[in-house]
Amino acid sequence: MLTSRTFLKRTRAGAVMKVVREHYLREDIACGAAACEQCGQQPGEPRLEAQPSGAASSLCPAPHYLLPDTNVLLHQIDILEDPVITNVIVLQTVLQEVRKRSAPVYKRIRDVIANPEKHFYSFTNEHHRETYIEQEQGETANDRNDKAIRVAAKWYDEHLKKINNEETIQVILLTNDRNNKEKAVEEGLTAYTCEEYIKSLIANPDLVDRLACVSDEGKEIESGRIIFSEHLPLSKLQQGIKSGIYFQGTFRANRDNYLEATVWIHGDTEENKEIIIQGLKNLNRAVHEDLVAVEVLAKDQWVAPSSVVLQDEGQNEDDDENEEEKENTLKSSVSKNMLRPSGRVVGIIKRNWRPFCGMLSKSQIKEARRHLFTPADRRIPRIRIETRQSSALEGQRIIVAIDGWPRNSRYPNGHFVKNLGTAGDKETETEVLLLEHDVPHQAFSQAVLSFLPKMPWSITEEDMKVREDLRYLCVCSVDPPGCTDIDDALHCRELENGNLEVGVHIADVSHFIRPGNALDQESAKRGTTVYLCEKRIDMVPELLSSNLCSLRSNVDRFAFSCIWEMNHNAEILKTRFTKSVINSKASLTYAEAQMRIDSSSMKDDITTSLRGLNKLAKILKKRRIDNGALTLSSPEVRFHIDSETHDPIDLQTKELKETNSMVEEFMLLANISVAKKIYEEFSEYALLRKHPAPPPSNYDILVKAAKSKNLEIKTDSAKALADTLDKAESPDFPYLNTLLRILATRCMMQAVYFCSGMDNDFHHYGLASPIYTHFTSPIRRYADIIVHRLLAVAIQADSTYPELTDKHKLADLCKNLNYRHKMAQYAQRASVAFHTQLFFKNKGVVNEEAYILFVRKNAIVVLIPKYGLEGTVFFEEKDKPKPNLNYNDEVPSLTVEKTTFYTFDKVKVNIMLDASNIQHQKIRMALVEPKILGSDVPNQTTELSTNSEPEKKKKKLKK
Amino acid sequence: MAGLELLSDEGYRVDGRRAGELRKVRARMGVFAQADGSAYLEQGNTKALAVVYGPHEMRGSRSKALHDRALVNCQYSMATFSTGERKRRPHGDRKSSEMTLHLKQTFEAAILTQLYPRSQIDIYVQILQADGGNYCACVNAATLATIDAGIPMRDYVCACSAGFIEDTPLADLNYVEEAAGGPQVALALLPKSDQIALLEMNSRLHEDHLEQVMEAASKACKDVYAVLDQVVRDHVHEVTTLLGE
Repeated sequence: MLTSRTFLKRTRAGAVMKVVREHYLREDIACGAAACEQCGQQPGEPRLEAQPSGAASSLCPAPHYLLPDTNVLLHQIDILEDPVITNVIVLQTVLQEVRKRSAPVYKRIRDVIANPEKHFYSFTNEHHRETYIEQEQGETANDRNDKAIRVAAKWYDEHLKKINNEETIQVILLTNDRNNKEKAVEEGLTAYTCEEYIKSLIANPDLVDRLACVSDEGKEIESGRIIFSEHLPLSKLQQGIKSGIYFQGTFRANRDNYLEATVWIHGDTEENKEIIIQGLKNLNRAVHEDLVAVEVLAKDQWVAPSSVVLQDEGQNEDDDENEEEKENTLKSSVSKNMLRPSGRVVGIIKRNWRPFCGMLSKSQIKEARRHLFTPADRRIPRIRIETRQSSALEGQRIIVAIDGWPRNSRYPNGHFVKNLGTAGDKETETEVLLLEHDVPHQAFSQAVLSFLPKMPWSITEEDMKVREDLRYLCVCSVDPPGCTDIDDALHCRELENGNLEVGVHIADVSHFIRPGNALDQESAKRGTTVYLCEKRIDMVPELLSSNLCSLRSNVDRFAFSCIWEMNHNAEILKTRFTKSVINSKASLTYAEAQMRIDSSSMKDDITTSLRGLNKLAKILKKRRIDNGALTLSSPEVRFHIDSETHDPIDLQTKELKETNSMVEEFMLLANISVAKKIYEEFSEYALLRKHPAPPPSNYDILVKAAKSKNLEIKTDSAKALADTLDKAESPDFPYLNTLLRILATRCMMQAVYFCSGMDNDFHHYGLASPIYTHFTSPIRRYADIIVHRLLAVAIQADSTYPELTDKHKLADLCKNLNYRHKMAQYAQRASVAFHTQLFFKNKGVVNEEAYILFVRKNAIVVLIPKYGLEGTVFFEEKDKPKPNLNYNDEVPSLTVEKTTFYTFDKVKVNIMLDASNIQHQKIRMALVEPKILGSDVPNQTTELSTNSEPEKKKKKLKK
Repeated sequence: MAGLELLSDEGYRVDGRRAGELRKVRARMGVFAQADGSAYLEQGNTKALAVVYGPHEMRGSRSKALHDRALVNCQYSMATFSTGERKRRPHGDRKSSEMTLHLKQTFEAAILTQLYPRSQIDIYVQILQADGGNYCACVNAATLATIDAGIPMRDYVCACSAGFIEDTPLADLNYVEEAAGGPQVALALLPKSDQIALLEMNSRLHEDHLEQVMEAASKACKDVYAVLDQVVRDHVHEVTTLLGE
């Protein structure tokens, strides 16, 4: 079995050390070809087909297997993923290199290998006796790997010849490296570049578009002019960073000005935290989110962040002169005291490219095959792609990946990946926003669905044995209208001793989703259900979310119950958790529940139970607020959607009823009780949720704004904040309090999940609770499922499993959940923004009342309470004379000509949809009242005509 | 940067072994003539030398003598050149004292000590090159040395480690796999009776996985037994042919 072994000597960075490792070479590694009889095939079917039926190629009509080298795999993964490409041998050498160089590509190739229909086989050539080679003296690791690939290809070629078959199968080495190809041909192998091979595919000309255009050295020389300076190699960068010449940081492109970016320096340098990069040459091909090394320029070259808006409009490459002009415009508008540390990018430490959504800007030349692609995200530069189907792609949302950015090119090169559909379409736009926010939204795979319970499902005897039968209780659920995933239900009844028994019953999702299976993994990956305006992206398959787990009325359902015994002062006397079976007597909406409580005529069980709950909830709420819990506010909107066209026909802010807070109160109570229990049981592995207190400086805006209305807001503690917020009222301005609360919300930090063993600050600032978790919505949040499992173990209702008590895995999970929650929130906001646009598109131009939320240097941010809509009104416009603006930082106020705006002022604005840029449609607002002298006071007719003007300012509706 | 892939999807470990495979074990008995028994053993790149003296009269303080059985005295040490970095390891540092204790326990369980009351058996082991599984290599080498010394034992003591990486139990960890920090079990087994002479575990392992890992470890121990037994038979064969001449 073990034939031979050799030593590998390696040195590690830093201290040179000799490392000796064993390396076993084997004879039992199969070649993976189905027709091969010599290799004892390993369990599982052979991966490579006996009669490879790949796409017909004019270059090699004979049946063949492909063998790509590392660079082909790294750059052309989009092509390899196409269903046309099958029967590929992936060498271990290649895989290892890919793994080292790009984790996402590695993950993708692993997925492809796992797909049986693709017939990809990974051959462990480094441990095969006949394909292992030593690195020779003076040979670089790369050369050795290339040689290893050739040796393996050679071996395959000869090995496959030994198969008794009428036609021998060829092995084709795909490599884009010219030297490597020459050497391969010399050795008698068939080798093509990826481009040659793909172009030879007879039936699939469209694949060519998806080729990544990685320029090989040959091409680069032709088109002379070099625009950018060279990137330094990584070793030099690291040296520079160590010695302090360069700084390492994340590159953040400016949304409004493509010639400017900031780099956030990592580490704890007190000053120079942020370095400004200005000008194309200084930006030096860095793309948003890249990890870069920058060099700080001499002080006399420092610049100030510009307030100018610049859009990259150039179609041509040759407009460098214009570029310089533009750069000069940036510099001229600088005052001396605004200068900030500036620098230039000297090298890229790590690219952070992903596929980008956007649209094609077709080249003006009709037959041209090179076009520019404009990404939806303004911070990403335009990308040059090569395609023959430009006319078909015009007006479509497409996905493009960047392949590289050579020194002589104004734009990065990329290739077309996928067409999403017509821009402006509701489905397409939804798809775009899901993709841009990285929300997994594919249909559930067969593997996942196979773990669902078989229908018709019923409760068995065994289930009843381990569960408490609570079907006799008068349980009901209260939810928003149209809710199908009901995960909580409540009950309240009087006990014989006069105390009250209150129960919160939560859908027992963890009963159906067992740890570790595909269903569980998929849910963990999704992390949360995403609610868009007209769509819901489920975390668990619908059978569970809307049926088996949903606590619908009048059916028996499994629940995880949290039952308290309370006295009439809402003091908890006893807490008990149990897995149970319940039968909800009614599923009510908030409004229905409210009606029952209010109407004096109703005296049935459900109503008494609701009244009891309501009474307790009020006491609980008061107690919570006395403890310093914050009541914050953020405008939330609901769309009334046309049942046929699915277009929004009305927009209205969500109304909060007493019953909303009743349900919320008990959910909070349940969450806190559960948090205490699981922390008590598992001090190291409890999954909790915390809300850190914001740094005091966050409150500046709020305090200043309140001061302008002669109110005082104290922010030294949550309690003080809550109290002063309560008192901050003005008799002639009832909406002021809500506005202040909205502002306060903006000052807050994000609440996050964490693992109790990895952190020691548990406090939840907003709820003023020392400990908190999420337990009550397991259908739509994965965190709750974990908490359910922990609690089930704590009460010995279920068994533990390894991952549950591994705090590192739990911490990783928390990281993913926090990320998914954040992204879900952004996606939700983007969806609301899109629907608001649709709404105003149908509605046309309207005038509405608004309040000023923030005052900026050249604009005001207003909130329209009627629609819960926020927008920015600008006072500077491109083609008009600049009005006289005067900004006061002390009392945030802005004087335009002679009108002064303060925070919370009431104004009237004109709302309309600006569709001049189809990719970035947006709501535009203009001031109607008060009128500003000498400035534009658009009445509705003139406004319509300015509509077609080039857009003025960006950043609306984005927080 | 991605860390080392300890077990590839194809089922190969960093050095090319499959999950349940041992490293190459090679051994020689009777390497020194002065000692009563001696053996040299390689388990992959881990190399160990074991020497056994005894049973003989108590040395040093006689008060330590046990009236009903022999005293097993062990000493474990690592050569200064055994690791990548040369390092002096004075006797009695905590690691080697612990290892000494473990060895002592293991061999007290295996040697029929009651046959030699009031006497002493010395086992000295030294690691010449360390590459993971030091304890196991020591036990295996010491077993061969004890057999070479002709000291009666209940059975061979065979030791092997097992780890648990990516939900798969791996047998006979090398240094790289040990350094990854996963759970590790070292098992010393009397293979014929399936009795455990010593079991040690580092780091955390979930209860559910323990059985799998134990199974892998005891399977590995039995594989080691097969090799050791062959070594002993070859050695005996060699010696008897020499005598027969």
